[in-house]
Amino acid sequence: MRRILFSLMAAAAVFSFSAASAADQTLTVYTYESFTSEWGPGAKVAEAFEKTCACKVDYVSVADGVELLTRLKLEGASSKADIVLGLDTNLITEAKATGYFAPHGLDGSAAKVPGGFSDDVFVPYDYAHFAVIYDTETVKNPPKSLKELVEGDPNEKIVIEDPRTSTPGLGLLLWVKSVYGNEAAAAWAKLKGRVLTVTPGWSEAYGLFTKGEAPMVFSYTTSPAYHVIAENTERYQAAAFSEGHYIQIEVAGMTKSAHDPELAKSFLAFMTGPDFQSIIPTTNWMMPVAAGKEPLPDAFSKLVSPKKTFLMSPDEVAANRKAWIDEWLSAMSQN
Amino acid sequence: MALPERRITLAVGVSILGGIALFVGLAAYALLTVDIGGSSDRVIFDAYVWRVTRFTLLQALLSTALSILFAIPLALALFRQSTFPGRIWIVRLLALPLGLPALVAALGLIGVWGRQGVVNSLLADIGLAQPLSIYGLAGILIAHVFFNLPLAARLMLAGLERLPGEYWLIGVNLGMRRFHLFRFIEWPVIRGLIPGIAGLIFMLCATSFTLVLTLGGGPAASTIEVAIYQALRFDFDPPRVIALSLLQIAMTGLLLVIARLLTPRVAESVTLGRSARRFDGRDVAGRLVDGFGIAICTGFVALPLAAVVVSGLQSDLLRLATDPVVQRAVVTSTTIALASALLCVAGTLSMVFARQTALRPRRPGRGARSLAAGIAGGSSLILLVPPVVLGAGWFLLLRPFGDVARFAPLIVIVINALMALPFAYRILDPAISSHRARTEVLSESLGLQFFNRLHLVDWPGLRRPILMALSFACALSLGDLGAVALFGSQDMVTLPYLLYSRMGSYRTMDAAGLALLLGFVCLILTIAGTPVEGQSERVDDR
Repeated sequence: MRRILFSLMAAAAVFSFSAASAADQTLTVYTYESFTSEWGPGAKVAEAFEKTCACKVDYVSVADGVELLTRLKLEGASSKADIVLGLDTNLITEAKATGYFAPHGLDGSAAKVPGGFSDDVFVPYDYAHFAVIYDTETVKNPPKSLKELVEGDPNEKIVIEDPRTSTPGLGLLLWVKSVYGNEAAAAWAKLKGRVLTVTPGWSEAYGLFTKGEAPMVFSYTTSPAYHVIAENTERYQAAAFSEGHYIQIEVAGMTKSAHDPELAKSFLAFMTGPDFQSIIPTTNWMMPVAAGKEPLPDAFSKLVSPKKTFLMSPDEVAANRKAWIDEWLSAMSQN
Repeated sequence: MALPERRITLAVGVSILGGIALFVGLAAYALLTVDIGGSSDRVIFDAYVWRVTRFTLLQALLSTALSILFAIPLALALFRQSTFPGRIWIVRLLALPLGLPALVAALGLIGVWGRQGVVNSLLADIGLAQPLSIYGLAGILIAHVFFNLPLAARLMLAGLERLPGEYWLIGVNLGMRRFHLFRFIEWPVIRGLIPGIAGLIFMLCATSFTLVLTLGGGPAASTIEVAIYQALRFDFDPPRVIALSLLQIAMTGLLLVIARLLTPRVAESVTLGRSARRFDGRDVAGRLVDGFGIAICTGFVALPLAAVVVSGLQSDLLRLATDPVVQRAVVTSTTIALASALLCVAGTLSMVFARQTALRPRRPGRGARSLAAGIAGGSSLILLVPPVVLGAGWFLLLRPFGDVARFAPLIVIVINALMALPFAYRILDPAISSHRARTEVLSESLGLQFFNRLHLVDWPGLRRPILMALSFACALSLGDLGAVALFGSQDMVTLPYLLYSRMGSYRTMDAAGLALLLGFVCLILTIAGTPVEGQSERVDDR
């Protein structure tokens, strides 16, 4: 027993030791798990960036964007993060309130995001619009607007995510709020009949959808691109909504405690460059914010491209999130 | 027991109980004192909290009642029919659900009960159009019974198997019929076990989170655990986290106390430790009824597992099994599971020994009685402390000592061991108590010293419950995600963590394969924890 513990601790110690001594310059990037997973962009991004600097990129990954922020709050000023990559715009205000982030001082025009977004602390690196994904084998008349989704046939079910525990869930909440405003509670009460279930996160919802439990799921406009490129099927498609779509923009920022601020800044600049941007679409399954080295794969040009983009300001979201979640809770809990 | 030995036993028990209290208390303290910049302005116990509390109570009480209700006939039937081909595999199967992460179990259950599941397609075949819906309270109950019916049946079966064989001889001599055997022999045992088992199941259902949300249908079905998770994750509001955890502990603690007051004292009898041979239930009707009950319950547990296997087989298993990342995750998971199971069982054994030693004198003093109560309470209620809360608290505590990721394996092992403690306690406490009742006088009169007694008397008699506790603790730790989530780093990837991350990047097929792999590892540990009957009988008859 003690031997097992000891060897585990020893193994962990060796890991951290070797990481520290491998290169004089190490850039520590905090990110979410799917970024550094086997098919994620992590390894390729590190390789490409290391060519531009005499440094080594070291990742620390946690479950998702929200967990990133929690991790930072837990670590406080002692965090060894130089770069935090993977927050979305809804988390920006809270992230800034921690006081751990430093302004990047870069020209914000490199990244182009629908609806426009620029910030003096966070740099966007990819985005996607939220969308209802449907199974073409079972849904013959997909909803053409949020209104049609809300008022459609209650027997044609959708799986959505919980805004209390996930960012897509929050995205749908903000989307409905953007379209319906004060009528949002009534819209939710109506949509409730169509909702098969509300899952804690995206993975559970998408799992139910691909298992065939529900013909629709709340996801991203980019989801069909994965199925076309990796699975060679056009079965799953995004429904284009006439009101417009809410957007999720993923951002990164540098910390005040960054060991080498210049290096951190150069990474932020690198993110909007062609090397990084070429990697994103087919690894992170999101839209690039700038031109890559080659044009986007065909599958991406066929994706739903919303004419109108909804995005609330981070401050507005931070100020109202609790009240809107309460409103959602009471509308969805009524029998 | 000699006086110094008694003192040592008590001291070890006290220090372990103290260690647990310190481990939890320090985590809570760290969370409460962390500077989060800006204070929480939210009323903690608002209407929302009361609503989720009500639902938590409702679903947990119903789930517990149903699990216990169905477990009784299953345990009795399995006990009565002590020899039929495949029995050992059914008993092993009963430990499997425990090792499944909630998401895997949910998808398995949906494969059977879902809109496109086996049951609904059968219903459609016979012309019933309206699909049976698993989403809502019914789904939560099905899922919780799937997890807890096997657990309860295993614990009851273990209790019944401790019954002295003489009882059945006497029963036959008196010409007792089945109902009388149940009333005078079996029911008293089960009644004595129910409060403990029900308490355990209640706590598991009260803290259920992914299952309740995924199968609940909507936010009306939320538990306090969801509120805790939200407060920690999205709001990062540690005072609220602690307050909600305390609410969860207080509510359940109260119920456990009530259950304890209603528990009859079970007298242990001195016997020759003869193994139980049943003489009833041999006629055709008895066999048919028992067989039917066993088949229904086994099907209920096995079908969702089969659904997991079927979808797992569709994945590219060969590629997964040869993937170094997967191999590393298997090694990490099993190492953590084994280490935490050993730690858990060692700790539980010391606590159980200390508790029973404290109660040994005819009139235990107040100190001894409160120690016994502390151990019983502490080893139960630990299940209610959300692992993420312990993880977050210890993250804060270890922060000053450098890179927290270095401590991750140790913390995860300790947290998993603590989470398994209530299970090990439910298995070991009654087993040791009846073992002691049987062997104490003989050991004392022979003047056996500690190690001799351990070697000659305790190990042969307690081998089976100890192995069972180990395998339960392993399974539980194998499927755990809570403790790893916060500390998670590239250097420590467990199987459930990998499974979730594959699912999170569209690799649903891979996740199904990993679920199968996880189930397989769990099965191997279960086989080790459920030795074939013959061996232990030889030991008993020696």
